[in-house]
Amino acid sequence: MQTGENDRETGTLRVKRGLAEMLRGGVIMDVVNAHQAKVAEDAGAVAVMALERVPADIRRDGGVARMSDPALIEAIQSIVTIPVMAKARIGHFGEAQILEALRVDYIDESEVLTPADEEHHIDKWAFKVPFVCGATNLGEALRRISEGAAMIRSKGEAGTGNVVEAVRHLRSILGDIRKLATADSAERFAWAKRLQAPYELVEEVAARGRLPVPLFCAGGIATPADAALVMQLGAEAVFVGSGIFKSGDPPRFARAIVEATAHFADPEILVKVSRGLGDAMPGAEISKLDTRLAERGW
Amino acid sequence: MSAPQRAPRVGVLALQGDVREHAAMLSELGAEVVEVRRPEDLEGLDGFVLPGGESTTLSLLLQSSGLFDPLAERLAAGLPVLGTCAGMILLGREVLDGRSDQRVLGVVDLSVRRNAFGRQLESFEADLDVEGLEGGPVHAVFIRAPVVERAGEDVEVLASVEMGGVKLPVVCRSGAATAVAFHPELTGEDRLHRLLLEEVASRRKGAGA
Repeated sequence: MQTGENDRETGTLRVKRGLAEMLRGGVIMDVVNAHQAKVAEDAGAVAVMALERVPADIRRDGGVARMSDPALIEAIQSIVTIPVMAKARIGHFGEAQILEALRVDYIDESEVLTPADEEHHIDKWAFKVPFVCGATNLGEALRRISEGAAMIRSKGEAGTGNVVEAVRHLRSILGDIRKLATADSAERFAWAKRLQAPYELVEEVAARGRLPVPLFCAGGIATPADAALVMQLGAEAVFVGSGIFKSGDPPRFARAIVEATAHFADPEILVKVSRGLGDAMPGAEISKLDTRLAERGW
Repeated sequence: MSAPQRAPRVGVLALQGDVREHAAMLSELGAEVVEVRRPEDLEGLDGFVLPGGESTTLSLLLQSSGLFDPLAERLAAGLPVLGTCAGMILLGREVLDGRSDQRVLGVVDLSVRRNAFGRQLESFEADLDVEGLEGGPVHAVFIRAPVVERAGEDVEVLASVEMGGVKLPVVCRSGAATAVAFHPELTGEDRLHRLLLEEVASRRKGAGA
């Protein structure tokens, strides 16, 4: 009648991608302490990303940005009941091993931290914990999936409060998927070459008309309208980093962005949640940035 | 007296979660799918699905959208419903390890523990026999899944898993409601959705007679 405890398979592809599927239509919020994590959960976040500094502060402070202190991650895990994610540096499988041992629910191999390897990303198949990776275009997304990523997020430009790069990356990924879906069999080989991605994945995307894993959006979302925009463009969920806790009223911004993500195509509700919100995080012009985080990753 | 001709109209709660997989499965089985985000979307429905997702988020969005009370009323009045994972939590009467202000719909007399197996690393897949389903075991995917810790007397337990030597229900039925702790929609397993549509068909036939 019931399955024994020994007949269970953990850490499978299906289980890893499955959690990403459950987060669709939701908001994943960056938090730097247990108090913020609670604010995020109370506002309806589907998950939190535990880190020491939000991207806007990493940008301001400079220096090497690394994985968070385990004590910080544990404090956040102990206060919320929703999934807790944490970031490892690109290629830093040592940090990823620590995060897996901490039993975080997802690891973000993130360009927001300083890369540890300028050629290799983490071999994510070697882990039971699922990974999310950033991408600026379809080729990058497929390379990350071939390394074992179970979720892709468009990179945008983190810590800027400027949605323009997120839009650029989403449009690039989704536009190429639409073109690929109409390519004939000979053209698909050329696509694989151009994208520098495995042919099997190119085939799969062509057949399904979408990535084999969920595609979320990150990097620059600062208002409910930003969330609605990227959801209408085809993102399946949103990551909000500095946009909530750098705003004038974090609990209200958090709640409003959750509502806007759920009701992204309903202007009446978008008006309601946007009204009288107060100051969004201060934004930055992309052309004036010293560091373009989205350029990290290969 | 003849059976209604139009396809059954099944609502899928579309505020958050894996709505697409449920919708695709129901369409494939011949249902007309309505994505439900507002109270007016509940009109004219013959059946309902509560998808997988984050139950604390769904509980909040159900309240802010004004859907909570009308949906609870429709379900209490016997609208056939299938809930998976977060959907099981929402169908129950009591949630354990939930958020302190988390509201549930209270359709089935269950006490459901969230994240009963632990964090994502404990998520798993396994074959599971479900009573009343023909054609062999169900391949079940449990993602940070809940289990039932207490089931009321009118609740039929159709499948259980073992945890620490104790059998805990993961598929339960009561009246026209079926609560499932795993995700049939992720594996192309459509027998539980068929059950829902059978329930819908028998109610419509009853109403038309």
